[in-house]
Amino acid sequence: MLQTTFSPMRTMDPFADMRRMQSAMNRLFDGTRTAGQPATYPAVNFWAGENSVLMTSELPGLTEDNIELTVQDTTLSIRANFPEPETGDDLVWHRRERVEGAFLRTIELPFRVDPERVDARFENGVLTVEMQRPDADKPKHIKIKAS
Amino acid sequence: MAQELATQETSDIATTNGDANRRAMAFTPAVDIFERDDTTVIVADMPGVAPNDVDVTLERQVLTLRGKATPYAPEGYRALSSEYRVGDYIRVFTLSDEIDQDKINAAFKNGVLRLELPRSAETKPKKITVKAA
Repeated sequence: MLQTTFSPMRTMDPFADMRRMQSAMNRLFDGTRTAGQPATYPAVNFWAGENSVLMTSELPGLTEDNIELTVQDTTLSIRANFPEPETGDDLVWHRRERVEGAFLRTIELPFRVDPERVDARFENGVLTVEMQRPDADKPKHIKIKAS
Repeated sequence: MAQELATQETSDIATTNGDANRRAMAFTPAVDIFERDDTTVIVADMPGVAPNDVDVTLERQVLTLRGKATPYAPEGYRALSSEYRVGDYIRVFTLSDEIDQDKINAAFKNGVLRLELPRSAETKPKKITVKAA
C-alpha cells in the first residue's frame, strides 16, 4: 500500500507553485503597455512627507484649466478631457500615438486630507498635488505618568 | 512624410548610445504626425521637460527630437509608490522630403512639442526637358 505522509500540521498546498507562477506572470505583464495606453490612466507617483502626501502625474497636452481635481476624505479624483485632435479632409495622418479622449481616475489615499490645504500645480505637462493631513488627525504624543 | 529611423515597436524605452555621460534611460515619446498641404506636423509628448531643455536637430534628412527631463525629488518627501518613471526623451525620424529649414516652426507648451516642417520649393515636382543629342 502506498503511504502518503501528509502531516496535518504541515500546510502542503499542491497549487502553491501554480499560484506562484501566476503571480509571476501577472507581475510580468503589469509593466507592459499596449500602444502607449496603460490600463489605468494616468500613471501616478506618490511621495510621503511627515504629515502630507504628494502626488505627481504626467498629463501632457492638458492645461491647468481642463483638469478637474476633487478631494473628499480619503479619495482623490482626477478627471480631464484631452483637446480634440485636429481634423480636416486635407489632413493625412501618418502616426497617431498620443492619448486622446477623456479619463477619470479615483485614488484612495493613505489618510484623510484637509480639503482646504491642497496645493495643486501644473507645469510642463506634470501635475503635482500636495495634500496635508488635517490637524485633528495627526498622531498625538501621549505622556505617560508615573503613578 | 516622416519615416522612423529605428523602429521601437517592442519597447518604449530607447537607449542613448554614444552619450556615456548621461546614464539615465531615455523614453520614446508618443507622437502624432500628420500632413496638411505642404507642411508636415509632428506633435510629441514630453512631460516633465522644461521648454529650454528641448533640443530639435535636423541634419540632412534626419530629424532628432530630444528632451532632457529634470529628476523630480521634492524636499522632505520620500518615494512611496511609483507607476511611471522619469527620464529623457529621444526619437529619430528620417524625412522623405526636403524641408525648408528657415520656415520650421517649433513650439513647446504643457509638455508637448509641436513642430511644423514646411516642404521646400525645390522638392515640388520639376519638369526636366530631354534634349536631343
